[in-house]
Amino acid sequence: MDFVCNFPFISIILSLFSGPLCSILPGKWAKRVNGIVIIVVGILSAFVLAYVTGTGEAFIYRMGHFPAPWGNEIRIGVLEAFMGLFFCVIMLLCMVAGVREREAQIEESKQNLYYVMVNLLLCSLLALIYTNDLFTAYVFVEINTISACGLIMIRQNGRTIEAATRYMIMSLLGSGLLLLGICFLYDLTGHLLMSNIKEQVHILAQTGQYHIPLMVSVGLISVGLAMKSALYPFHAWLPDAYGYSTLSSAAILSSLVSKGYIFLLIKVFYRVVGFEILTGSKVANVLFVFGIVGMIMGSINAIQEEQITRMIAYSSVAQIGYIYMGIGLATQEGMVASIYHVISHGATKSLLFVAASGLAAASAGRTSRELVGSGYRNKLAGIAFTVGSLSMVGMPMFSGFISKLFFAQAAVGHAHKMLPTFIALAISTVLNAAYFMKMVICIYSPRYGGDTTGENTIVGRVVFMKEQPVKSVALICFIVLNVVLGLNSEPIIRLIQKGLAMFG
Amino acid sequence: MSKKVPEEQYQQTFSYKFSQWLEGNSSALSDYTPEDKNRNSGHEKVQRWDTREEQYLIQKEKQQKKKEKMKLTEQVYDMEHNTEIRIFRKVYRIFSALFCIFLVVMLLTAVSALPDFGNEENPVNNEVAARYIEKGLQETGAVNIVTGMILDYRAFDTLGESHVLFIATCTVLILLRNDKKEKEINDRTHEPKNDVILQTVARILVPPIFIFGIYLILAGHLGPGGGFSGGAVIGAGLILYLNAFGFAKTEKFFTVKTYRRISFCALACYSIAKSYSFYTGANHIESVIPLGTPGAIISSGLILLLNICVGTVVAGTMYTFYVMFRKGDY
Repeated sequence: MDFVCNFPFISIILSLFSGPLCSILPGKWAKRVNGIVIIVVGILSAFVLAYVTGTGEAFIYRMGHFPAPWGNEIRIGVLEAFMGLFFCVIMLLCMVAGVREREAQIEESKQNLYYVMVNLLLCSLLALIYTNDLFTAYVFVEINTISACGLIMIRQNGRTIEAATRYMIMSLLGSGLLLLGICFLYDLTGHLLMSNIKEQVHILAQTGQYHIPLMVSVGLISVGLAMKSALYPFHAWLPDAYGYSTLSSAAILSSLVSKGYIFLLIKVFYRVVGFEILTGSKVANVLFVFGIVGMIMGSINAIQEEQITRMIAYSSVAQIGYIYMGIGLATQEGMVASIYHVISHGATKSLLFVAASGLAAASAGRTSRELVGSGYRNKLAGIAFTVGSLSMVGMPMFSGFISKLFFAQAAVGHAHKMLPTFIALAISTVLNAAYFMKMVICIYSPRYGGDTTGENTIVGRVVFMKEQPVKSVALICFIVLNVVLGLNSEPIIRLIQKGLAMFG
Repeated sequence: MSKKVPEEQYQQTFSYKFSQWLEGNSSALSDYTPEDKNRNSGHEKVQRWDTREEQYLIQKEKQQKKKEKMKLTEQVYDMEHNTEIRIFRKVYRIFSALFCIFLVVMLLTAVSALPDFGNEENPVNNEVAARYIEKGLQETGAVNIVTGMILDYRAFDTLGESHVLFIATCTVLILLRNDKKEKEINDRTHEPKNDVILQTVARILVPPIFIFGIYLILAGHLGPGGGFSGGAVIGAGLILYLNAFGFAKTEKFFTVKTYRRISFCALACYSIAKSYSFYTGANHIESVIPLGTPGAIISSGLILLLNICVGTVVAGTMYTFYVMFRKGDY
């Protein structure tokens, strides 16, 4: 076995180890350790990606001295390695962009705890991506949930604590359903390893034995993970959690945490349940319907929202709806489109959050009225917000366009779901444009009547790029990432297709 | 035959006082006579009236607070304009009941269709369980198969699980730790001081509890027990000790810094030990750690060490939870 094969294991252990390490370090050192860990894990993932692309097949890494059904193992293919790399890049950019906000908003003595949370979150995301064992996935889902909760409430004001409570309730319900589903599957198949469960499930499906519990368990797992990734009716925790937590938390939560669960769900569909059974069951249809409802309702809520961060948060609900619509199509193309949208949304949403905080810093507040003209005061943030908005609306050249195109292509020729998909895409695009363009016009309209209103003329201040070099660099990276994803989507799509083929 | 006693004399006797106490007219310990009661009745009325007014005021205050609270939520969620929440509140009860019924029916149907409990032919009784039972002792060196399973066969899961405990404590620290140095009303001021009964019991009980916990941890691979249960026992002992002797004594040897250092050491030890065995296992290198003779205390490879690590983390977690919820600082 090549030495590169050890890298996924090393990155999991490294991020796991750095969590407790950060708890005994002072805040400054914890920050450095955290940065180093993310960079190192990213580099290791890049090596793994290169290795797996070279060999062309997934490899299995045994965790311990015992082979698979008895011990634990992780399994790495192209898609897993790419996701690991992508998550590291986004996390690094989010952490870099939010340094000042973190230092201002988090109590001095709790700074290091923030890095504990982030390190363990990274570890759990990696483990969710790589694992080949359902129970290991559950254990790391727990770590993911608790650390996300900590990230929300570390900026302590009333709203974040309420949001964290809501998140906890929703998320624990989701975890409970997921665990119940895993228990059912274990009882039916006698295995926890994904490949073995798939074999057994295949036999059960052919003989028709235990049909009801099998379908119930698939439903429970899907609903549990959908709840945790904030699919429409379960999104109540999301606006407050994203809207009031500190900047890097909001960006990480929106672009990584929910995506980890979606990735796990896709993995379960491919590697545990099997694609044929999923296509035959009604679970996919349910996800499809909820996805479409989410696309539209999320946008309607966002239109009604005055505050910029909450608006972006509601837009997340709509985008998660897109992803579930793609999964609900239950075709290969639909899955490819969904995974591409996971990537594109991850890159865009964090960009939007960072840009919005930049705009808010140049203004008196966060509502659209107060943000008028802020695009002139903070030029880079204005450009970044425009790029992000155009991408979300689906303008060509940006990543959002590609994913919409793929969703539409995936729906073509689908017997029952073609028309609803097209209609939903059209309505949702119009609604997206309505609120994002409203915000863009707002930030670029000159401030008129400022002199007449008297005391209400706290316009804000001009923010220069040099003032916050780190954030500017992060924003430029985000913009470049978005444009690259939009202009150069072909290799990524091919990579996703290859990765999905390796899943099977 | 009872002898008739004059009224005045009777009132002096114990039986009279006792019957008065039974009827609730006087306290058994004080020499309280009916005359006193009559004398005080006017005053008492005033008092009662006072309390009534007070209660009224308190109630009014409560109502006001409730109203303010309502106002706050109304402000936060903009109740007047938020039709979504208004509709939601109306249909919430009906839908929650319907949803619960649906969930119950669905789960009961699914459970009734599951394989029969305890049947030999069940899918659960396959080669996985068979190997754990048949070869567990041989391969892990642990007499207790469960310990062998969680700390050797599936050690990666347990590694994650012990970090779950750690991160839960960190989250509680974020939420509840109180760093403001200003003097607030914390329960240290209300703490029962020098409660002789509690202290005596604690003095007798705490050492055996600790010893029992340590035994459970150290003998986890030999019999029922292990890091999780042993750690919980030690944590309970620490909490009892704290309650009896107060923070001043426990803080001499256990503060939040100690907790962090100890748990870091334990988790780092766990991670490193397991990394070694993961690495050697995956790369097919023979591990140098001997399994020893089954049944001896020092046997079964790394399991003893891992049990100690897990036990330390669990004990610290329990104690920290208790302290954080009680006082928020230590």
